[in-house]
Amino acid sequence: MAGTAPSSEDAGLVFHPMDQFIVKPLFGDGPVQWYTVTNVTLWLILAIVVVTAIMVFGTRGRAVVPSRSQSIGELAYGFVYKMVEDVAGKDAVGFFPYIMTLFMFIVSANFLGLLPMSFTTTSHFAVTVVLAMAVFLTVTIVGFVKNGAGFLGLFWVSSAPAALRPILAIIELISYFVRPVSHSIRLAGNVMAGHAVIKVFAGFAAVAVISPVSVVAISAMYGLEILVAFIQAYVFTILTCVYLKDALHPSH
Amino acid sequence: MATNTHETVSACVNDHGSAIGMPQLCNEWMGNQIFWLVITLIVIFFVLSRVALPRIAAVLAERQGTITNDIAAAEDLKAKAAAAEDAYNQALIDARAEAARIVEATKAEIKADLDAAMAKADAQIAEKAKAGEKTIAEIRANAMASVEEIAKATASEIVDALGGKADAKSVNSAVDAQLKG
Repeated sequence: MAGTAPSSEDAGLVFHPMDQFIVKPLFGDGPVQWYTVTNVTLWLILAIVVVTAIMVFGTRGRAVVPSRSQSIGELAYGFVYKMVEDVAGKDAVGFFPYIMTLFMFIVSANFLGLLPMSFTTTSHFAVTVVLAMAVFLTVTIVGFVKNGAGFLGLFWVSSAPAALRPILAIIELISYFVRPVSHSIRLAGNVMAGHAVIKVFAGFAAVAVISPVSVVAISAMYGLEILVAFIQAYVFTILTCVYLKDALHPSH
Repeated sequence: MATNTHETVSACVNDHGSAIGMPQLCNEWMGNQIFWLVITLIVIFFVLSRVALPRIAAVLAERQGTITNDIAAAEDLKAKAAAAEDAYNQALIDARAEAARIVEATKAEIKADLDAAMAKADAQIAEKAKAGEKTIAEIRANAMASVEEIAKATASEIVDALGGKADAKSVNSAVDAQLKG
């Protein structure tokens, strides 16, 4: 990374695409302890504020004919509810608040991260791994609680020829444990890459000749990032629903 | 950690405040992020599951109820409108039939009146014609008598004027013979 070369300060072009991801204490310069109030804390709290504003204050009218702000909340509700119902099944609607929490957090954190000078919490593996592990543990526990040992049928492809089943079982087992890894790296990787690319283009903007191209490229990337911010939240949520469906109905 | 320079409080940041490697992989920040993330998720979960989602669910249910009621009311009103239209059409048919009946009755009445009036008029006309014929016959008879008389008188006068001696009896018989002839 560019940050590893301290001598780049002297050069004309200065790239620090990863500096935007540094965790800093909000008050003072001390070391970052687990309880320190940092920029992470600030942007997580802002995510809470945004979710609360959309879902609670937007709907305070409780109007039968919704206002604009209430429509946004209802749209988000309907979007996730339908996803849970369609993908995970009707018996999964009990998990709807849980999935809604994941979706609303990721989508608001992603969009907050698109504000200039902001800190993108979902670009950190520490954050997305916690989310993915929460899903993984929930799905595994729910699977065993609902189906008992029958949940292991998820790994035993009964429709395959008997000779292939042990091999398939190993593959299925590996793919099951890779799920939280891909689940978390997909989200953080997409968000981080987009932000880093924007920063690189922004570094080029310092050169007068390239700057128009750079500005156009930043705008284009920003548009793409808006798309990615939503799509990655959607992908994370729908995969959660798919995993939940596996837990509730493990048979192939 | 906290070494000689002011900025260098972390193993993941160099002396210029730039990241060393990927900040995502910096171990010493992860505990902080996980701690605050868990708090955030718990807060969002409670805000959503206790306040927002039941409220939106209630609003959506209410809206669904309202829509269902409105559709039922609309069906009701539609049925009423259809019934009213049927009643109107029935009334129209009845009124037409009534009107036709009245026209028929009135026509018959007028025809009866007309027939009676015609019969009466015919009788009167016949009576008048008969009276007229009688008068004409009388007049004709009178006229014949007068003609005879005048003819006789005229004949007498002519005979006298010719210098003859008018014998009343022979003149009369001559005139009678002429009139008959």
